[in-house]
Amino acid sequence: MKDSKAAHQGAPFVAVENLTKQFGRFAALRGVSATFDGGRLHAILGDNGAGKTTLLRTLAGLIQPTRGTVTVLGSTDIRAVCDQLGYMAHPSLLYDEMSGMENLRYFARLYGIQDDERCAKAISAVKLDPELTRPVGQYSQGMRQRMSLARALIHDPKILLLDEPFSNVDIGSAREMVRLLESMRAAGKTIFVVTHQASLLDGAADEFVWMQAGQIVGRTRQLQPVEVR
Amino acid sequence: MSSLPTISTATLTKDLRLEWRSKDAINSMLFFALLVVVIFSFSFNPTAEESRQIAGGLVWVAFLFAAVVALNQTWARELRNQVLDAYRVSPAPANALFVAKAVGNFVFVSILEALMTPLFIVFYTLRALGPAWQLIPVAMLGTWALVVNGTFFAAMSIRTRSREIMLPLLLFPISIPALLSMVEGTSAILTGEASAKFWIVLLAVYDLVFTSVSLLLFESVLNAE
Repeated sequence: MKDSKAAHQGAPFVAVENLTKQFGRFAALRGVSATFDGGRLHAILGDNGAGKTTLLRTLAGLIQPTRGTVTVLGSTDIRAVCDQLGYMAHPSLLYDEMSGMENLRYFARLYGIQDDERCAKAISAVKLDPELTRPVGQYSQGMRQRMSLARALIHDPKILLLDEPFSNVDIGSAREMVRLLESMRAAGKTIFVVTHQASLLDGAADEFVWMQAGQIVGRTRQLQPVEVR
Repeated sequence: MSSLPTISTATLTKDLRLEWRSKDAINSMLFFALLVVVIFSFSFNPTAEESRQIAGGLVWVAFLFAAVVALNQTWARELRNQVLDAYRVSPAPANALFVAKAVGNFVFVSILEALMTPLFIVFYTLRALGPAWQLIPVAMLGTWALVVNGTFFAAMSIRTRSREIMLPLLLFPISIPALLSMVEGTSAILTGEASAKFWIVLLAVYDLVFTSVSLLLFESVLNAE
């Protein structure tokens, strides 16, 4: 772990090289090469099937690339740096039958965190009440998304990988989540957000990465209309 | 970093809590086993001696079928909301999850056996002529044999479309040596005609081999796409 952190000095936070992922005959990623700086908010945009989620899941170590390499914090072994990655998927990744606190307590144990206070702080950070006893299955979609974010934050990772964090969330809650992401970026975290609601990140994201048919087709600092790209 | 026992304990506690709240596995297992006992008792009308001969087979086949219901539930709750991905992205060892699931299933099936055994005794007027205490190692080792393989193959089949069918297809053939040992061991104890020690040793060896193989291979199964 320390070796990989030491090796990371001066190298890009995250790099992918010639990344290809095939599901049978379908190529979800087709030779993607890119480097991403640390301490920034990268918005990954594109149509359905463009390869955004596959790219994110590959960075999280959930998918093994067919070809190419992924380097995270200087290590090509994602397992070695997985305690520095926080992953939030489109589904909540939470047990519906348990309360938010019970969920976080369990996931905290997976990272060797025994401190309930940290779980409470993570829940408070996403503007939810740690004392809430009702099961997550009875939460509203917005509350569930925020609790899912709290789960991804529980071990204070350096890199956050968020897949559709604003989907099915009302505009007020979504803006609140964006403010939260900005504050985390200000605290030095590197954030990748896959979203279809790019306008929410206008002015907040440091970079917009445009994907199409399994490839990165553009990287812009401003959110530009499709025809200008 | 947490150790394997810490994470296994946390996962087991979580599974027991989820089962206590939903009662998905226990309820379905109990009703299934109860049905089997009642149907068997209607189908056969054995004498006490005949009961001793066939009870081993009836009991273990009923428990095996009922256990499959619980084994399917084990991983189904990890697929809801893709919670398994949260485990896979964590630094927690894969085997901690396997051990917790296997122990959890052992607890559920043991509860089933504890509740159903008195019914079998009543329905078939059973009384052991051999050393009855030997039923305990036969039951414990036999149950572990079922759940360790069942947990492993249920994990293998979770991503298949017809996993309810796939699990018995994978589990039953590989469980034949264990099932044979359980049935023969139980019959030997009930009839008192032979020693069950050979079958107990065979079950212990079977458990050792299949637990080791499952632990060696589970990480690959967990991370299979």
